[in-house]
Amino acid sequence: MSKSPGHGPGPAPEPAPVHDVIVIGGGIVGAAIARELSGHTVSVALVEARSDVGDGTSKANTAILHTGFDATPGTLESRLVARGYELLSRYARDAGIPVERTGAVLVAWNDDELDALPGLRKKAEDNGYDRCRLIPPEEVYELVPALGEGVLGGLTVPDESVICTWTTNLALATDARQRGAAVLLDHTVTEVSADDGVTTLHTTGGPVRGRWVVNAAGLGADRIDALFGHERFTVTPRRGELFVFDKLARPLVDLIVLPVPTSRGKGVLISPTVYGNVMLGPTSENLADRTATGTSEDGFAFLLDKGGRLMPALLDEEVTASYAGLRAAIDHPDYLIAADRAQRYLLVGGIRSTGLTAGMAIAEYVRQTLAEAGLDLDERAELPPPPRMPYIGEAGVRPYQDAARIARDPAYGEIVCFCERVTAGEIRDACTATLPARTPDGLRRRTRAMNGRCQGFFCGPAVEQLMSEHGPHETPCHEVTSR
Amino acid sequence: MNTPVITPHVLVIGGGPAGLTAAAELAPRVDGPVLVLEREAAAGGIPRHSDHTGYGLRDLRRVLTGPAYARRLTETALRAGADIRTRAMVTHWAGDRAVEVTSPEGRFRVEARAVVLATGARERPRSARRIPGDRPAGVYTTGQLQNAVHLHRRQVGKRAVVVGGELVSWSAALTLREAGCDVALMVSGYERTESYGAFNLGGRALLRIPVANRTRVVRIIGGPRVRAVEIERLDTGARRTVECDTVVFTGDWIPDHELVRTGGLELAADTLGPLVDTALRTSRPGVFAAGNLLHPVDTADVAALDGRHVADQVRSWLAVEDSPAPGVRLLAAKPLRWVSPGLLRPGDPAPPRGRLLLWTDEFIRVPRVSVSQAGRTVSERTLPWPAAPGRVFRVPWSVVRGISAAGGPVTVTVR
Repeated sequence: MSKSPGHGPGPAPEPAPVHDVIVIGGGIVGAAIARELSGHTVSVALVEARSDVGDGTSKANTAILHTGFDATPGTLESRLVARGYELLSRYARDAGIPVERTGAVLVAWNDDELDALPGLRKKAEDNGYDRCRLIPPEEVYELVPALGEGVLGGLTVPDESVICTWTTNLALATDARQRGAAVLLDHTVTEVSADDGVTTLHTTGGPVRGRWVVNAAGLGADRIDALFGHERFTVTPRRGELFVFDKLARPLVDLIVLPVPTSRGKGVLISPTVYGNVMLGPTSENLADRTATGTSEDGFAFLLDKGGRLMPALLDEEVTASYAGLRAAIDHPDYLIAADRAQRYLLVGGIRSTGLTAGMAIAEYVRQTLAEAGLDLDERAELPPPPRMPYIGEAGVRPYQDAARIARDPAYGEIVCFCERVTAGEIRDACTATLPARTPDGLRRRTRAMNGRCQGFFCGPAVEQLMSEHGPHETPCHEVTSR
Repeated sequence: MNTPVITPHVLVIGGGPAGLTAAAELAPRVDGPVLVLEREAAAGGIPRHSDHTGYGLRDLRRVLTGPAYARRLTETALRAGADIRTRAMVTHWAGDRAVEVTSPEGRFRVEARAVVLATGARERPRSARRIPGDRPAGVYTTGQLQNAVHLHRRQVGKRAVVVGGELVSWSAALTLREAGCDVALMVSGYERTESYGAFNLGGRALLRIPVANRTRVVRIIGGPRVRAVEIERLDTGARRTVECDTVVFTGDWIPDHELVRTGGLELAADTLGPLVDTALRTSRPGVFAAGNLLHPVDTADVAALDGRHVADQVRSWLAVEDSPAPGVRLLAAKPLRWVSPGLLRPGDPAPPRGRLLLWTDEFIRVPRVSVSQAGRTVSERTLPWPAAPGRVFRVPWSVVRGISAAGGPVTVTVR
């Protein structure tokens, strides 16, 4: 950390406002923290390096709302996943985040895996989850008739659910914004300096000043930590490649089919998605490059081999999309959440894929930790209600199915993206939302447009046209207004 | 809210060449309304997006550009009295011959006495071809490219790689040239790509495109825009990268069969379209199919003539709602990939244009077509035109004339 005051790159023409708390990272965890804190009597800025929230690790996870049955008992992760499951389940109902309580079954394919099942049930109980049940192979096939030959047994987890990770991230960030937090996009933190109780983050979007800094930078958390002078951990990007199969595959998979973790590593899962597709993956590969979100031949071959054995019929279906996500694996067995009172700095590191479920509980824990460290946090009396997010799941009623809504506004009857049945009205809404879509990928995450089986064959140019008609007028540094 | 219900005699789903032609034939001859539902903003189908000539030869006996052809078919259907609704998308089945529809005018239901599925086909995009690598901008299918260039006047890049060795691949190359983009390489898995009739001249001679046969793309490289593709020789495994800023995935068609599958209609495992007989009946009584939904893909005029053919069959159904006789399956054997129609029934009419449509994976200059049933050769015929990968191989219907309606599956092959 640079101790000398005022030596950041280039003097700002005007001193930036001083926020009470700056949260670095607009993923699920950062957005949840910004939302939680802005419900209290502090001013908050959410700083994101990319041009949209939820554009890093959070956009490409397996989108499972976990009960936490297989966490390591007694860890902070175990506690926060269980609490997060409750918080996010409730919040999803309020905000209109698509969730389907499909349940899961762990499937054993060899003796090692079969032998591991009772231990996993015990572990679930130690985690406070007592609804797992051991079932014989016949029952596994009853649950998932399309499974390949060779199932030896299973363990059910009836409360595992699938959720829309994109809407979750957007709801939390929108909520934070509506509670008054500034959302600063395209602000990559390059340097940190401190002076007289105020920390300045020097960013590609200009300086951002605050009293406290929360580091929820995910894949970049170790680098930010180093800017504060720490050498506590290293993030190793772990690439997970996924196939998303066509909606016509969905009848094959009615619940999440999980691999049994053994000493020989984790297998891949097959899961329905809230958009009505089927997901196969992920691979798991440690990388050095934190930007390597490309897919690989080896990864594809691995998935096709695994998928072919787990569910042969699945491979007859079309692949709608393939992508790779980077998980922020760290050399530490638990979540790493620690405040440094002297620096007025708090690290939220090591949040692996469970962070989607745990995010809101992590935010609560961060708020308590900050209060204990001396930050004055009183609940605000008047808070806006949670945003009501556009519904992009398959389980509920989409705008194109809503006759009354179409009658009020014909734009909801004009289907532009045929595969995903996204209407002109929804694209307009996404372009004019509190946190508007500014790129085609941002639009995909808000509406599903162009995410379907034709990948833009029909709708690509029409969607682009609509985006340019309704597109947001960008503010300097892509700032979504601060208070 | 009560859903409004429309009750035409015939519902045609899809306003491309097949659907429009069927509607134009039916509207004056059916004692009731004929409704065409088209989900795009205008009727006409794929030819609307394809701004070059070569359309209409077999059905209209003249040659038009794609958009002119699309307009003419639309006008003809309208003049014949068909009701065409655009921006109207069928979203679900609501009965054996009933569907739910979303349009800006509202949500409604159509209950018809007969339905013609004419939803066409689409090209497999990169994802469905399972090609790994980066996910940069500048990767298209032919449809996307032509849509962007012709309908929306968008810029593409300067140097393209075209993936595929089908008729449509040359169409993509023409579009790229018009848009000021060079084609650095055409990549095809086939042994040869030089049997394209009119396109051969227009393509190879005029466009001078280098072609890499027996080659596949194994990786896309670049970001935010494409920088290169890595290609591999199928026979040697040798790899190299080709610099480009645009990649067009062409051909590799798959029928738009969503309604076929969600409706539980029997699927033909080879074409992935609905299984039909020579009268173009699907497995559901009163539901017919026509066009490239059945044979992905033949030219637009052949699709249109399916529409003419199916119209007579629909009228027969409307007159007497009878069940057809049991039939036998017609199956394609290697090197043939598929055959359409896939069901032969005694007493049924000849298929559209008196032709079986097939797809070959090998080039055979003088093909000998062989039909067998229960291990016995029923007929053999040498044809004077080649069987070429990348376009439909058309075989006279008479080759199956000697089969037995009770003799089990019939197999067709070529060598």
